[in-house]
Amino acid sequence: MTADKQPLLDVRGLGIFFRTEAGEVQATRDVSFQLRPGERLGIVGESGCGKTVTGLSILGLLPRAQSRVEGQVLFEGRDLLTLSPRQLRAVRGRRISMIFQEPMSALDPVFTIGQQIGETLRAHRGIGKKEARERAVEALAQVGIPLPSRRVDEYPHQLSGGMRQRAMIAIALVCEPQILIADEPTTALDVTIQAQIIDLLFDLSARTGTALLFITHDLGVIAETCTRMLTMYAGEVVEDSPVDAALERPRHPYTSGLLRSIPRLSKRKTVLPSIAGRVPSPADMPTGCRFRARCVHGLAECEARQDLLDVSLDRRARCMRQAELTLPGAIA
Amino acid sequence: MLTKDRLRLVGRRLVQIAPVILLATFVVFGLQQLVPGDIAATLAGESATDARIAEIRKLYGLDRPFLVQYGSWLWGALHGDLGKSLLSGEVVLDSILRRFPTSLLIVGCALTLSLSIGIPLGILAAVRPGSRIDATVTSVASLGVALPNFWLAMLLVATFALNWNFFPATGAKPLSAGIGPALLHAALPAIALAAGGIAEVARQLRSSLVEVLSSQYVRTLHAKGLSPAAILWKHGLKNVSVNLLTVIGLIFNRLLGATVVIEAVFAIPGIGSMVVHAAIHKDFPVIQGVVLALVLIVISLNLLIDVLYTVLDPRVSQK
Repeated sequence: MTADKQPLLDVRGLGIFFRTEAGEVQATRDVSFQLRPGERLGIVGESGCGKTVTGLSILGLLPRAQSRVEGQVLFEGRDLLTLSPRQLRAVRGRRISMIFQEPMSALDPVFTIGQQIGETLRAHRGIGKKEARERAVEALAQVGIPLPSRRVDEYPHQLSGGMRQRAMIAIALVCEPQILIADEPTTALDVTIQAQIIDLLFDLSARTGTALLFITHDLGVIAETCTRMLTMYAGEVVEDSPVDAALERPRHPYTSGLLRSIPRLSKRKTVLPSIAGRVPSPADMPTGCRFRARCVHGLAECEARQDLLDVSLDRRARCMRQAELTLPGAIA
Repeated sequence: MLTKDRLRLVGRRLVQIAPVILLATFVVFGLQQLVPGDIAATLAGESATDARIAEIRKLYGLDRPFLVQYGSWLWGALHGDLGKSLLSGEVVLDSILRRFPTSLLIVGCALTLSLSIGIPLGILAAVRPGSRIDATVTSVASLGVALPNFWLAMLLVATFALNWNFFPATGAKPLSAGIGPALLHAALPAIALAAGGIAEVARQLRSSLVEVLSSQYVRTLHAKGLSPAAILWKHGLKNVSVNLLTVIGLIFNRLLGATVVIEAVFAIPGIGSMVVHAAIHKDFPVIQGVVLALVLIVISLNLLIDVLYTVLDPRVSQK
């Protein structure tokens, strides 16, 4: 939508490696994308495609002893990957926040919600305990928690799953960050609660101008919430596109496969299409297109290294046949 | 601190504890039935006539049925009367009260040492799991758990008391004789007892802190921009405090039991050596009194710890 705006976050050539007993394993390769102010970018892909570690690596949250990250994460003119721990702490929770999948295990069980919101404020704003508590009540009210002045003194186990995730969002947004990274924020919740949390994130993002990086395996969520989507497969970005364009005419066979495997109420009694085959293991990655073994459009040339090709000004796909193929999307 | 929830918890625990204590008194009193030989014959001396033995049996009420004897002992115990020593004739409760502070001083010192050395070691190891410090702490702790404390006690006496004369080899001084001499006498037995405690505290704290520090909520704390120091000292320690409390309870109980051996090694007139002496001479009122006192101490400590759990972990009082 706003391709002319300067990117807020510019991720370039992100490669994440993990040390294992069998040697170093590459989790992502050459992941590049941009997030513009106020934009909502969804990263989609199946389990193990590298979307979660990409999110974690932006804030330097991968376990240091067991991982190595190459590339650049440019934010406000600085490369987050080269910041000192102290400089990075000033970004975490204040400029870029993150929320996680399981709100129960992501909140400290022995501190009250108010204390956990307050300490974020106190770490970044240098305010007193009393003011922090007042701000915590306001923050809870803002994320739609009823009786915030009572909930503020409750512990995580006293809240329901949806309320816990709202509290988690309140913690993340209390310092009004520019970017919120949401890692599968609704996966652990009931379906009805999922919709509420997605609406809340959408509203807050629209109201405060916080850019959203939405990591999920749920294309429906992305279709509803996001402006752009990044499809990841086996550690690589295979398509980077505005959501509407990708839904209508995906340019990568994997994106198309994902879109076609969403169940639709309008088409009863049909076999749900699925993508045959399995994701290659990180220890045994093919050299060329990583999706080749599962792709019905594969050619001998796909064995060569595939680069992200420009489809249009704001669209890229990692498929040499992207221009010639007409792939089915979600809007049939 | 004493909220309605906590009082209710104490009440519930007391109701649960009462039958346990009753059962304990029965077992404690029943011990004398399991010991071979006739107590009356022992008391009467080697060349006593049958008439003398019968007289003694009647004098001590040993001719009555077991349950009647138990009932009268229990009734007395409820009123603070644990009987008199068969050997010295001293009132059992008086000798327990006189000797208990000596044992408590040693146990207290040992517990203090265990915590003040074990906690820093555990934290040091947990902050960098897999590092050289961690490996050292872990292996030293394994050694500490494995060492028998009586062996360590003899080693300490040989080195620090007999060779170098830093500490007295035997005996004890009450606190009323001055803190310095009392601690000087308590030092070696306390160190001998503490070795296992230090190791246990370090090991338990390390493993629970490593678990907490690699948990998802600690990742959230990092994502919020908190410093590693704040995460460790505020969130880490509060989360492991429940485990630590459990360990403290276990260690205190174990130390109390271990004084029996340690007091024998150091010839310390505490309740440990008292019960050993009584057991050798079949002085049943003393054995029963001391064991009952230890049972009550252990049960009260566990009750206290149960209440403290609710202070440290908000989830406990809900259950």
